[in-house]
Amino acid sequence: MKHLGWKCCFLMTMVLAAVPLLAQQPPSSAATSSPPATSGTTSAASSETSKAVNDKLAQLDTRVTAAQSAGDNAWMLVSAALVLMMTGPGLALFYGGLVRRKNTLAIMMQSFLLMALISVLWALVGYSLCFGGNGPVIGGFEHAFLRGVGADPNPDYAGTIPQSTFMIYQLMFAIITPALITGATAERMKFSGTVLFLTLWFLVVYAPLAHMVWGKGGFLNASLGGKFPTLDFAGGTVVHISSGVSALVCALYLGKRTGYPKQPMPPHSLVLSFIGACLLWVGWFGFNAGSALAASALATSAFVATHFATAAAAISWSLAEWIKNGRASALGAISGAVAGLVAITPAAGFVGPMPALAIGFIAGLVCYWMVTKVKSIFGYDDALDAFGVHGAGGTIGALLTGVFAQQVINPIFGAGKPVGGMDGHWGQLGNQLVGVLIAWGFALVGTIVLLKITDMITGVRVTETEEIEGLDITQHGEEAYNLES
Amino acid sequence: MMKIEAIIQPSRFESVKDALREIGIEGMTVTEVRGHGRQKGHTEVYRGREYTVDLLPKLKLEMVLPDPLVQRAVDTILKTAKTGKIGDGKIFLSRVEEAIRIRNEERGENAL
Repeated sequence: MKHLGWKCCFLMTMVLAAVPLLAQQPPSSAATSSPPATSGTTSAASSETSKAVNDKLAQLDTRVTAAQSAGDNAWMLVSAALVLMMTGPGLALFYGGLVRRKNTLAIMMQSFLLMALISVLWALVGYSLCFGGNGPVIGGFEHAFLRGVGADPNPDYAGTIPQSTFMIYQLMFAIITPALITGATAERMKFSGTVLFLTLWFLVVYAPLAHMVWGKGGFLNASLGGKFPTLDFAGGTVVHISSGVSALVCALYLGKRTGYPKQPMPPHSLVLSFIGACLLWVGWFGFNAGSALAASALATSAFVATHFATAAAAISWSLAEWIKNGRASALGAISGAVAGLVAITPAAGFVGPMPALAIGFIAGLVCYWMVTKVKSIFGYDDALDAFGVHGAGGTIGALLTGVFAQQVINPIFGAGKPVGGMDGHWGQLGNQLVGVLIAWGFALVGTIVLLKITDMITGVRVTETEEIEGLDITQHGEEAYNLES
Repeated sequence: MMKIEAIIQPSRFESVKDALREIGIEGMTVTEVRGHGRQKGHTEVYRGREYTVDLLPKLKLEMVLPDPLVQRAVDTILKTAKTGKIGDGKIFLSRVEEAIRIRNEERGENAL
């Protein structure tokens, strides 16, 4: 995951290489300005010389660090912006097109609301709960109100960029995760209930999970001494399993939409969904390659893996559809691409391009099967398939990471030490399973409890009349399409 | 005066319109409509869920004509809108009692 070791090596080499160059110059200048007279002056001169060398070295060190920081920081700020773009407009359009016309603004508003709400919570306590302190389950309050979060790097997480950059980058993950859940609650959850539930969910489910997997001392953390080192490069467990499993619980708790599955509920605009999916694909480069936390070769590797897995999944889903229905649909292709993006997320920084193709291909088929078969067998109404794509894709991706992770890509357990099954370390598959089970369990229990609480305070479901009229009018007092104006 | 309502395949619209203009018909009102007669719909599949779409998009042309033009117009529509397959549409004729031009209140065939 967040790996910096090689960069320190790079820095050291630069400094060491520079030493002989500098060491040659000062003595000659000292010799011309003050010819040797007595032993006392010589020793003074040589101590002056070594001081000058040290100063130069320190200067060089500062410059090298600054140069690297500039490069890393540039990429990380761009990545943060890309990940925000995934929620708005990416996910908002993707989901917005999949709902019926009367619920378009409501679902888009939920994504946008989270961009604002989670940001405020993040500044107050969220960042600190995820990345402050070093408890095994949850962080502390040391960075509450962003105390101590500024220009200085936090070497535990990202030693070359300002902690502020790391903080704002991680915020974008916290925004999109609850937004994914709205795909399962779509077209029937109250706005007040959505606000309350997702606020609680962020604090009680997301923050601990993010800390367990990514936080210092977290017991699933692979690079900072976790008990069950789970490989999760960019959020397979933290983002996709947590949101996907919670989405399933929400779908079951809320019940089916009125009229489902008898009444047809086709997507109202696949054009919107198509644009959204394309924005997600691009934004995901920030999500996955950005998770290298530096403009490094590892970032490139993750970028490449992300792209190939996505392409393979778009093809495998389309192929399955073609064989089954005799046609390959646009919705199928974009759904497959999203499934591939989800599945490669935990693996992105651990696998090469060929395993990435395999992961994507498998994920496209599994998610297709989940969405078209499993959903109708069990009969839950996961309206926009948040569970079928994110829960299933995240789980498959997390497990396959244990199979395909290689130390040549990312020696996360130390140089030369095997990482995943392909390296012969099949035990990692067990660790991945532990991580997956904990994320599943945590999301299941947390979501049930929080839905109960929300139900008691605001209620979770709109009335049947409101549902038929549509959430745009009943929850927000406006319409997405005013055709006569 | 007769009103012609013709429900046709959207794909035939341009030919029908051009042919009507050639025989001197200057005005018409066109509406996008959905419906079906004997033609069955098609199925659409979204993420494995099949929907039967039985209301298909058609165009409805309406025009009110003086009696001598009606037969020629009907013939023209029949000739140009026909593909020979189920779903080509229908033509309805009805007598119109009065027509009034709003601008100058002309009445009868002068208003057409």
